[in-house]
Amino acid sequence: MSEQTYSSSEIQLVVFKLGREEYGVSILQVQEIKRITEITRVPHTPEYIKGVINLRGSVLPVIDLKKRLNLPPQVATEDARIIIVKVKEISVGMMVDAVSEVMTINQQDIDYPDAVSGSISANYLSGVGKLDNRLLILLNLETITGIGQEATPS
Amino acid sequence: MDINQYMGMFLEESREHLQNLNSCVLELENAPDNLSVLGEIFRSAHTIKGMSATMGFTAIAELTHEMENILDMLRKSQLHANPDIIDTIFKCVDTLEQLVESVATNSENSIDCKPLIGKLKALAKGESTANTAIETKVEKMASKSSDIEFSDTELVVLKKAIAQGLQAYEITIYLREGCLLKSARSYMVMNALDEIGEVIKTIPTVDDLEKEKFDLSFQAIIVTGSDADKIQQTVLSISEIDKVVAVPCLLPETTTVQEKQQVTETKVAQVVPEDAVATTVSATVKNKGGQSVRVDIDKLDALLNLVGELVINKTRLEQIGLTHKLVDLVETMEQMDRVTTDLQSVVMKVRMVSVGQVFNRFPRMVRDLSHGLGKEINLIIQGEETELDRTVIDEIGDPLVHLLRNSIDHGIELPEERQAKGKNPIGEVRLIARYEGNNVIIMVEDDGKGINPDIIKGIAVKKGLITQLEADKMDTNEAVKLVFLPGFSTAEVITDVSGRGVGMDAVKNKIESLGGMVDVETKINEGSKFKIRLPLTLAIIQALLVNVSDEIYAIPLGSIDSTINIKSSELKTVQNKEVILLRGQIIPIVRLANVLDIPETKQEKEQDELFIVIVHLGDLRAGVIVDNLIGQQEIVIKSLGKLLAGIKVIAGATILGNGQVALILDIASLI
Repeated sequence: MSEQTYSSSEIQLVVFKLGREEYGVSILQVQEIKRITEITRVPHTPEYIKGVINLRGSVLPVIDLKKRLNLPPQVATEDARIIIVKVKEISVGMMVDAVSEVMTINQQDIDYPDAVSGSISANYLSGVGKLDNRLLILLNLETITGIGQEATPS
Repeated sequence: MDINQYMGMFLEESREHLQNLNSCVLELENAPDNLSVLGEIFRSAHTIKGMSATMGFTAIAELTHEMENILDMLRKSQLHANPDIIDTIFKCVDTLEQLVESVATNSENSIDCKPLIGKLKALAKGESTANTAIETKVEKMASKSSDIEFSDTELVVLKKAIAQGLQAYEITIYLREGCLLKSARSYMVMNALDEIGEVIKTIPTVDDLEKEKFDLSFQAIIVTGSDADKIQQTVLSISEIDKVVAVPCLLPETTTVQEKQQVTETKVAQVVPEDAVATTVSATVKNKGGQSVRVDIDKLDALLNLVGELVINKTRLEQIGLTHKLVDLVETMEQMDRVTTDLQSVVMKVRMVSVGQVFNRFPRMVRDLSHGLGKEINLIIQGEETELDRTVIDEIGDPLVHLLRNSIDHGIELPEERQAKGKNPIGEVRLIARYEGNNVIIMVEDDGKGINPDIIKGIAVKKGLITQLEADKMDTNEAVKLVFLPGFSTAEVITDVSGRGVGMDAVKNKIESLGGMVDVETKINEGSKFKIRLPLTLAIIQALLVNVSDEIYAIPLGSIDSTINIKSSELKTVQNKEVILLRGQIIPIVRLANVLDIPETKQEKEQDELFIVIVHLGDLRAGVIVDNLIGQQEIVIKSLGKLLAGIKVIAGATILGNGQVALILDIASLI
């Protein structure tokens, strides 16, 4: 999914922050953005699974995106949000530090570097968007959530 | 045409009709002259033919078409339902099942129906001589017009003619294949018929005949003073006519006075000929009549979810009313509570399906199996109207097949053996379903040779499943339960019926995965009884909520024995494992905080008083240490989703009154 959505010449991104870095996911994959609610821890899951939440009656797993990307942990502030994305018909929540805006980016402004310098594994990237002097890290949701690959080991 | 959207409907309806065919043909086998059953078989076959032709599955349509021919001849008493014919029809049904399944799985269709079609054709031909013979014997053929409907005026004409001593015939004219001017031929036929009598009605209508809107055959109803032979001769004198069948057509009113007195007025009878009337009457009784709507199970799931959510929100409102002491709100909520409770039970009922749906296919299976084994078996089914949740129904079929096969293969003895034992040579297998509290019990009983505990022990020891020492200590009851061990098979000879050693433990696993239990009772030479206990539903259960540190977990009430409160000094250790002694029984202890990896910092200091929930799975017991008991509550089971599927210790999740998610413990993994 994620790759295909970038094929049109312009795409819209939901931009969010993790620490000081800015990230983006295609707006087409975002279902909704929620304030942090009570998250129930689930035992015997990978460390980056924060737990499950109640989204209007259904139970949804939430990924601690910073843990997943090996970023230093930080106490959640008022701005923290859960972005609910849909990957291959499965809804997953991602905990982020803040959601800043929705922006349109041109296809040619996206680089697909072999390996982006930085702290996160290239596996989780689908590209880097350049806007003026900002860098937007575009995430590959399939590898991040582990959907569509091997089931998350328990 | 996009046929995919109709595919599901086609498959479902075909399966239903095939199921119906199976049970009806079985009935026909016992009562070959039962016209109403024949009528029902015919209709089911006809529907399948129509549907498959529309969907473009020609193989199915072709086979059902040939089947229909035979059935029609049976219906018209031109053929007698002998075992050969019954077997052939059974084979047709089997082949149709395979064909439908191959459509369902979208697999390459490699089923060859030609031999069957050939056989059907041969059967039809073999009787075609008898066919003409019967036609002359007018008194033998009670009546027979298939599905012809008469309008009031036509009926009046018919009645008048019959009163004048004329005879009404239903004539089916088959044109030769490749006939070019079909409309012209039909016109000539009509003309010829007009000369010898009066044509009352044609099927299709005269208009359609002229427009060639028919296949190779058409029908006409005629009143005439001539006999069937004369009609045939007249029509056959026209060229390009393949065959003419003339059957006396008796009006419903004139033939069935005695049978029909109980059928109140003749409104129905006017439209449907005699034997069909009988069928409709019996069919409505059998099929419970009533109107129904086919609904996708997903939609019902969604509905159930919504109701579950409503219940959760209701609980929240109730709490608000109580904390803020809003009398008006509390009163309104009581009303609301009643409505939601009703709503919940209605939705649950909607999802319920009668076990008859599963049981239906067993008479056929038992018949085939017992024939194959040379045993005579009477299958008795009771309580087919017992209802279970759809999800359970879908899963229960296979285990029951295993149990029935076992009873038939291992349980029931051969007729000679039974006679030697002084038993009725015909064995009896009972399949019984009934409610028991919040559970449904399904029993498979036979009056066969029973299970010999010593033989079971011997085999288990030989296969290394238990040691001789263990075997010696076992009582009868325990020994018999060995059949549920994986890798156990008692059949000395491996047959294709059962005895591959996968049977019973698979049954046990399946039933337990459905939250049920299976048990066995047996007496040598008197028979065995397998008893399955299943929960009514899997979607909403009663659970005990417990605290572990500050987390809340739900334990299904069905697997809880009791809760006890002990001093920590009463904990003993056996081989470094914690146990307690409860009513003389040693029960192993599970510390939830450890099992659930609750972070050390959260874990409170060793309490002096411990809350222990005694849980059980079958005969196994364990004590689960929790920090606090919150209370009993009805919970709606939610799945954790694909991403988190397969986590051990956790069976699912539920949403509490405050909107928080609580996890449901999987007791089986704790014990």
